Amino acid sequence: MSTTLPPTTRLPEQAWKSEPISEPDYLRNKRGIMSWVYTLDHKRIGVMYLIGILTAFLMGGVMAILVRTELLSPSRTIMGPDAYNHMFTLHGAIMTFLFIIPSIPAALGNFILPIMLGAKDVAFPRMNLASWYLWVFGAVFLIAAMALNGLDTGWTFYTPYSTTTNSSVISATLGVFILGFSSIFTGINFIATVHIMRPKGMTWFRMPLFLWSLYSTAIIQVLATPVLGITLLLLIAERALGIGFFDPKLGGDPVLYQHFFWFYSHPAVYIMILPAMGVISELISTFSRTPIFGYRFMCYSAIAIAFLGFLVWGHHMFTSESAMAAVIFSALTFSVSIPSGIKVFNWLATLYKGSISLTTPMCFALSFILLFTIGGLTGLFLGALATDIHLHDTYFVVAHFHYVMMGGSLMAFIGGMFYWWPKLFGKMYSEFWGRISCLIIFIGFNWTFFPQFILGSRGMPRRFYDYKPEYQGLHVISTSGAFFLGIGLILCAAVFLHSLWRGRRAPANPWGAATLEWQTASPPPLHNFVDDPVVTDPYDMADFELQRDTGDYVRRPYTPSQSDGTETQS
Amino acid sequence: MIAEAQLSQGPAPHADETFRAHHFETAEQQFAAAKLGMWLFLVTEVLFFSGLFVAYAVFRVLHPEVFVNSAALLDTKLGAINTVILLFSSLTMAWAVRCSQLGQQRGLVLCLSLTIAAAVAFLGVKGIEYAHKWHEGHLWASQYGGPQAGETFDRAGSFFSVYFAMTGLHAVHIIAGIAAIGWLLKRSLRGDFSPAYYTPVDVVGLYWHLVDLVWIFLFPLLYLVG
Amino acid sequence: MSAFSMPASARLWMPESASTAAQQVDWVFDVVLVICTIFFVGITGALVAFVVRYRRREGTPATRQLHHHTGLEVAWSVIPGILLAVIFIVGLTGFMQLTTPPEDAYEVGVIGKKWVWAFQYPNGYIDDTLHVPVDQPVMLNMTSDDVIHSMYIPAFRVKRDVIPGRYTKLWFEATKPGEFNLFCAEYCGTKHSNMISSVVVHPPGEFDRWLEKASNFLETMSPAEAGKLLYKRRGCAQCHSVDGSQMAGPSFLAAWGQTAVLDDGSTVEVDANYIRESILEPQSKARAGYRKVMPTYQGQLKDEEISALIEFIKSLK
Ligand code: HEA
Ligand code: HEA
Ligand code: HEC
Ligand code: CUA
Ligand SMILES: [Cu+2]
Repeated sequence: MSTTLPPTTRLPEQAWKSEPISEPDYLRNKRGIMSWVYTLDHKRIGVMYLIGILTAFLMGGVMAILVRTELLSPSRTIMGPDAYNHMFTLHGAIMTFLFIIPSIPAALGNFILPIMLGAKDVAFPRMNLASWYLWVFGAVFLIAAMALNGLDTGWTFYTPYSTTTNSSVISATLGVFILGFSSIFTGINFIATVHIMRPKGMTWFRMPLFLWSLYSTAIIQVLATPVLGITLLLLIAERALGIGFFDPKLGGDPVLYQHFFWFYSHPAVYIMILPAMGVISELISTFSRTPIFGYRFMCYSAIAIAFLGFLVWGHHMFTSESAMAAVIFSALTFSVSIPSGIKVFNWLATLYKGSISLTTPMCFALSFILLFTIGGLTGLFLGALATDIHLHDTYFVVAHFHYVMMGGSLMAFIGGMFYWWPKLFGKMYSEFWGRISCLIIFIGFNWTFFPQFILGSRGMPRRFYDYKPEYQGLHVISTSGAFFLGIGLILCAAVFLHSLWRGRRAPANPWGAATLEWQTASPPPLHNFVDDPVVTDPYDMADFELQRDTGDYVRRPYTPSQSDGTETQS
Repeated sequence: MIAEAQLSQGPAPHADETFRAHHFETAEQQFAAAKLGMWLFLVTEVLFFSGLFVAYAVFRVLHPEVFVNSAALLDTKLGAINTVILLFSSLTMAWAVRCSQLGQQRGLVLCLSLTIAAAVAFLGVKGIEYAHKWHEGHLWASQYGGPQAGETFDRAGSFFSVYFAMTGLHAVHIIAGIAAIGWLLKRSLRGDFSPAYYTPVDVVGLYWHLVDLVWIFLFPLLYLVG
Repeated sequence: MSAFSMPASARLWMPESASTAAQQVDWVFDVVLVICTIFFVGITGALVAFVVRYRRREGTPATRQLHHHTGLEVAWSVIPGILLAVIFIVGLTGFMQLTTPPEDAYEVGVIGKKWVWAFQYPNGYIDDTLHVPVDQPVMLNMTSDDVIHSMYIPAFRVKRDVIPGRYTKLWFEATKPGEFNLFCAEYCGTKHSNMISSVVVHPPGEFDRWLEKASNFLETMSPAEAGKLLYKRRGCAQCHSVDGSQMAGPSFLAAWGQTAVLDDGSTVEVDANYIRESILEPQSKARAGYRKVMPTYQGQLKDEEISALIEFIKSLK
């Protein structure tokens, strides 16, 4: 970004010196369980979301490990076919609806967005809290399905299987319906916050890229989720009353259901990846100590991904829709790759001639670039018509989406957790063990999922409890990788927990980043800022200097000769 | 629309700070947020209904004759009466907003009450229609048992599935609207609203107009086919 | 470790290829693979190089002055854009072949139901494996009785969903004799992963002989033997055991002559009439204690076939 600020927008020198904070931080501001139950503070809601989604991740992860264990050998290893079907369905449903969709926006985003923007809170704090409770309700319904008759439809709920099976489809879909509203509320809140709550000086093109990505995510949440809502409502009506929208026996059309479902669920994959891309932009820039390369292209590409993402849903149905539709959707599918590529190349260019430090968050960010690139590029095999016909519903697809969802979104989420952890809880963690966990996760991840590409292209269908013996070798490799991966994630959780009990106090700005959330104390006070922050270029890190004794970065005293607003930087 | 002159007589709009939440700089900012929030919500509502409109379009393209024949089974007169009732309620709602902006307390209460009355009347007519369909067996696909079931209108059930899904969902929105306007009525009796603070009236008004608008589409699409 | 060995003929990324489409699809796959590998290697290389070269050293700030470069950014939008268009077109050409069957294709009817495939040949004969002649286009005309299934033959690189309430088509031309896997690729419940069959590709001339022999099984076999074949092929074995073990339906072992309790409390003797009725109208006299899941075989089994099944059940003592 080339905008250089006129010197008048800079604060006088003494304002940047860390003054003792008089206000207690948001965690200690009020005490007692009731102060959490009724809280309207976006930071506390973010923390509650974090606890919720991590619990969901743990559940989904345990199920994944059971799924992988079952696949060690053909036929029965540890469970029967029905148990297996319930297991992968709930794994998929929990991971998507309970974990990855709310992960970055609702947990990290809730906490960071208003502070990064320089606002006191999101536009509608009550709706924000409501969204959290809706998440809890939805989770209860979804998980209740497990306790009732289980759920064996796959996370896609395809009709007429889902309308005829005797598992608890109504409870589960009602849960997802409610979760959808939770997501819509977050989306409405973020759009309104970004539009209305920006303080003076925070122009659109001075917004950090994380905010751009949350904003474009929110657009998808608001435009796509209602369609999922009506689809699930119709599915429930179909099961409970037999209204026959999707049942061919009653004059309905099962492929119509697929269109409805993917009209939401394809954009939903960009709900998962866009915030992740935003996190990565912050991380790469901060730890290279250089402004993000091609800031404007990054902003536009986020918006482009959000909109193009609405045009390609039919690529999940190449084997069920008409040939004409397949050709159109295939062509449109490739369009999304261009803005995605721009992002990858701009991240690389940001590294170029930077001053790169391999901190834990940065390790996750670099892993993200590699894994997301593999995931994205394998998406091209699926977008190409001839190859998708062969690869559809095989493990190739399973590998593709784990690379983008887990190697992409999840790695970015964990990286973001490590990055903002000091801000969230005011504690530092062990860099050494953090990096080790990243290494184990990176290796374990590839070990688990790369063999699945080969499995899939060699013809192994997905959602298979039993399989032909010729596929066993690769399944065994994949399963052993999953155990290794599990160790890495447990280590990672241990690093966080250890930091909570034993961590060193975090300074306000441990990384020397220039975005606003680092200009307030760690953890922040109740109203985010004691003094109104002054908005500058979000990536202008050159002015920050490390103070050896505190580990804090503070802004260098302003000297007019350094930058007087007349020179241009690029 | 309110004339500038009228506005300038009373207090400036959004000057009342009583209901300003702490995180907004000004009441004006709060009003802007509420309004944007409601517009976004309306966008989600439109998309929510759009699923049903798409299903309608798909089924109609596949079986145009079914739609023409089945629509004849609906009571156009009752549908038309309901259309008039809803248009009237839109008018009273718009008037209510105007009253709140002008500080006309009694007018506001009257208009809100009329709107609720119209909404209830709408549901009453709808109830009569539903009861009628129930008696004749003109129900959704799996329950369809009209006299012509299995014969002339083989798939009439599909049409009635669409009919019940669309009008049913719309009726749920009317009920939600009654609740929201009831809340406005309560607050207006308490005297919360004034030219300096009328955000809730404005915002609920937007919602109500959308609900009316959906009906304006439903009426011709369901009753006037053919 | 025999499980790790792969058939010698197959490449790492693909199973054996045995149809005209397979060559085309593999070529598309290779094109995409090459493009993607180049990008991936380039990106990884750059990433590693930059991280090594520009590792932070004490006191050295970042040296890049350039914050954006429109030309560069346009370049890395346009060049991938062109390559993506190439991938699309390459994929499209392969797809056109997959979706345009030749006029003279040999037609086989397919019915998918939980969890068996039924292949119906032009002479009316039904089998649970797909037999086709080599070097001859074959067209499958498919529909489903219950939920969505998907016909998938990896060695031919073809797949098409099998949807209730409509007919879908899939065609291929096998290029080498042999037996290949045939999977159901759309999740369809408990035994989705066992809804497996195979395609037998017959060498030139042999297919007709096979079909004739197979079609005459009612004449060439004893009724009980023919019934046993039908029991296996037409999916009865999915729900009825012959060894007394409990499955979705009652076991056929020693069923003949038993007194069965119906769900309305009445009883009935298991005789020829009852069996015939159970097959044609399973729900009319349903046994107590079972879910009513048995599909009707009305119009799908001929009289002689039902008689053969009755003889088979009778023979299980
Ligand atoms: C985070 C989630 C996420 C993301 C980001 C993506 C991204 C993409 N996905 Fe993926 N996808 C899923 C999650 C995701 N997907 C899921 C969950 C499923 C399965 C659902 C189910 O059935 O259960 C799925 C399935 C799926 C299918 C259907 C497969 C099938 O069932 O048959 C297809 C087909 O087109 C597809 C394509 C793509 C493409 C083209 C992209 C693109 O957006 C990728 C773009 C990125 C790149 C291309 C890499 C970077 C670009 C460059 C380096 C530029 C240079 C490159 C070249 C010019 C070669 N995906
Ligand atoms: C975000 C989404 C996500 C994530 C992260 C994962 C993670 C994993 N998935 Fe999953 N998966 C899906 C989404 C996801 N999956 C979806 C949508 C499907 C499709 C379902 C369907 O077909 O309907 C699927 C299906 C699927 C299958 C295919 C099943 C089949 O088709 O038959 C398999 C098989 O190997 C699998 C394996 C795994 C494994 C081993 C992991 C592992 O990576 C899991 C590792 C996690 C742990 C071991 C938990 C450890 C956690 C902690 C200790 C707490 C951590 C706390 C902190 C880090 C702070 N998954
Ligand atoms: C999907 C499961 C399923 C399949 C496939 C199936 N059946 Fe059944 N069958 C049942 C069930 C369940 C019952 C008991 C309930 C009932 O009578 O409807 C039953 C009952 C019967 C009975 C009555 C048996 C008795 O002891 O009362 C006969 C005979 C029978 N089936 C024959 C067949 C034949 C022959 C086939 C194949 C051509 C077949 N079934 C396929 C599930 C199945
Ligand atoms: Cu049939 Cu899966
Ligand atoms: Cu998609």
